[in-house]
Amino acid sequence: METEPQFQIELGNLMAFDLHHNFPSPPSSREELVKECLKRGTELVQAIANTLFNLPSTVDVDGPLVKLPLPTTRLPREKPLPKPKPPTKWEVFAKARGIKNRKKDKIVYDEQTGTWKRRYGYDRANDEDKVPIIDAKITDEPGEDPFAKKRADKKKKIEKQEKNRSQNLKEAAKAGALPSHVQLAATALPITGSQVVPKKVTKEELGNVAGMAATSTASGGKFDKKLPGEKPAKHKGKYRKFLPVVEGKGMGSQERAQTEKVLNKLFSKNSHEMLNVNKAVNMYNVKKEKKRKNKEGKSSPSSSKLKPKKTLKKKPLNKGSSKKGKAK
Amino acid sequence: MLKVKTPKTGKARRELDKRAPKLVETGKKTLILHGTKTSGVLNSVLTQIYHITKENALRFSRKNEDVRPFESGGEASLEFFSLKTDCSMFVYGSHSKKRPDNLVIGRTYDHHIYDLVEVGVENFKPLESFSYDKKLAPKAGSKPFIAFIGEGFDSVEELKHLKEVLLDLFRGEVVENLNLAGVDRAYVCTAVSLNRVFFTHCALQLKRSGTIVPRMELVEVGPSMDFVVRRHRLPNEGLRREAMKTTRDKPKKKEKNVSKDVIEGKIGKVYIPDQKVGEMALPNKAKGVKRERREAKLRHGDGNEYASKKQKEDSE
Repeated sequence: METEPQFQIELGNLMAFDLHHNFPSPPSSREELVKECLKRGTELVQAIANTLFNLPSTVDVDGPLVKLPLPTTRLPREKPLPKPKPPTKWEVFAKARGIKNRKKDKIVYDEQTGTWKRRYGYDRANDEDKVPIIDAKITDEPGEDPFAKKRADKKKKIEKQEKNRSQNLKEAAKAGALPSHVQLAATALPITGSQVVPKKVTKEELGNVAGMAATSTASGGKFDKKLPGEKPAKHKGKYRKFLPVVEGKGMGSQERAQTEKVLNKLFSKNSHEMLNVNKAVNMYNVKKEKKRKNKEGKSSPSSSKLKPKKTLKKKPLNKGSSKKGKAK
Repeated sequence: MLKVKTPKTGKARRELDKRAPKLVETGKKTLILHGTKTSGVLNSVLTQIYHITKENALRFSRKNEDVRPFESGGEASLEFFSLKTDCSMFVYGSHSKKRPDNLVIGRTYDHHIYDLVEVGVENFKPLESFSYDKKLAPKAGSKPFIAFIGEGFDSVEELKHLKEVLLDLFRGEVVENLNLAGVDRAYVCTAVSLNRVFFTHCALQLKRSGTIVPRMELVEVGPSMDFVVRRHRLPNEGLRREAMKTTRDKPKKKEKNVSKDVIEGKIGKVYIPDQKVGEMALPNKAKGVKRERREAKLRHGDGNEYASKKQKEDSE
């Protein structure tokens, strides 16, 4: 590739490289530099042209054509080398049995109609599906429909072929040689890409989830259109207890009990005393009374009326004295 | 379960086949884009580079914020663009106070960054500022001559890299046959100093000389600028070796309609379409020779038999 002692010429890329040139002194001005560069450039280009025009040329309509040699500078590829694709199942079988591919004509003579028709596709020659009568064989069962059987067989064949095709493509994908226009998409892998098998969800769980989703609507899922067969959502949780309207005069015992429960809860939450003095005193008093009653009870039976009535005492809120902690 | 996705149209299939890896590769495409901030100079540099590599370049007009080629995370955008546009080279321009008028020229291998060179552009002279005879202007897509001058290109690491990258960027398609009448452009790169390269684009004028080889003259037409090499990143060795792999043997192209016979040697088949002899248009038939005319004359000039016979003889 080296013609002149100084230049390296590469015809494949139409490139010339002057190794030995260097500016002995920094050029004085910009124009000087440009001129110098152009001068050297011209020399290089002339050198390439010398070799180029001396190549054997063929005459063409537009002008003389020359055949360029392959470029020698190694430049990196942009995509990896294509890998050879593994032979398909049929190819392996054919090679083993020595089956050669024979060229078939597109148009074949059809005996039925006496015309030339295509070998495959719509309105094909010697179509086996188009026979109007199928003769019954001795091995056939009496109730079986041979036309339906034919259709079922064809479906099975198609399925088998699809399975074989996807197997072949999987093999090719494993070897890294998938044909460029095919993409294999996995439909059931989880998003994380791990190999965990997705858990099968039960009918109950699905129903629960559906119920949860329904209740998250603005109207609590009450007015959602239900699909046929969908069971109404089960209300899980506490119901409000309503007291009977008529009970007695004033504060009935149920209402009293309800309010008492609420108040007790409130006070016990807010009081921070370790010892409830009033309660302790009451308990002590009650115990004492009971003891006395037992002693007296053995002596006098009518003591119910003398029994101390359990009066409802509101335990006073210790205003200002107790440390008010976090109020719930 | 695996689903097989194939393109439904022939056009999509052809596009995918074009992008598939091939044994022998044809020209690389270049993607020209810019970052958040560009200067006026840089904008015109990018447009003019796009202009001279029009055939195989794509230009993005919007600014791309998260492209930082030299940082580890900032390459994802570039790789995505390379994948979607099938461009294996890119030219990214940006401007900042620290690096004014910055160009990053990079290549990708298998849509991952292969190597990068960062250069600053100085002393830019746009296309319009050159005045020349319009007839000399190089045609778009012609194969250029490339000239590298200066020993810096062989001794300095960065300049060697830049030389390789510039060659890749400007050489165009690798062709087997070249039309000698169509060579009209040349790129001249001169290593002025250890990190500065003067780049210019010239048109070629072929002047008549005594021999077959015409005399070359360079006329500056195109943009000219100074490249100041700032940073560069070489590919790591393993990747480089993989990218440089080539196959020795060329795939044998099957010659159609040719067969070899032991007795007769090489036989070729020629297929001729059906010739409908009756319907063909006959060229250059003289007026008198046409049969219709003759018959008409016969019928018409039945009385004038002698005259018509004479005419027939004349024309024959």
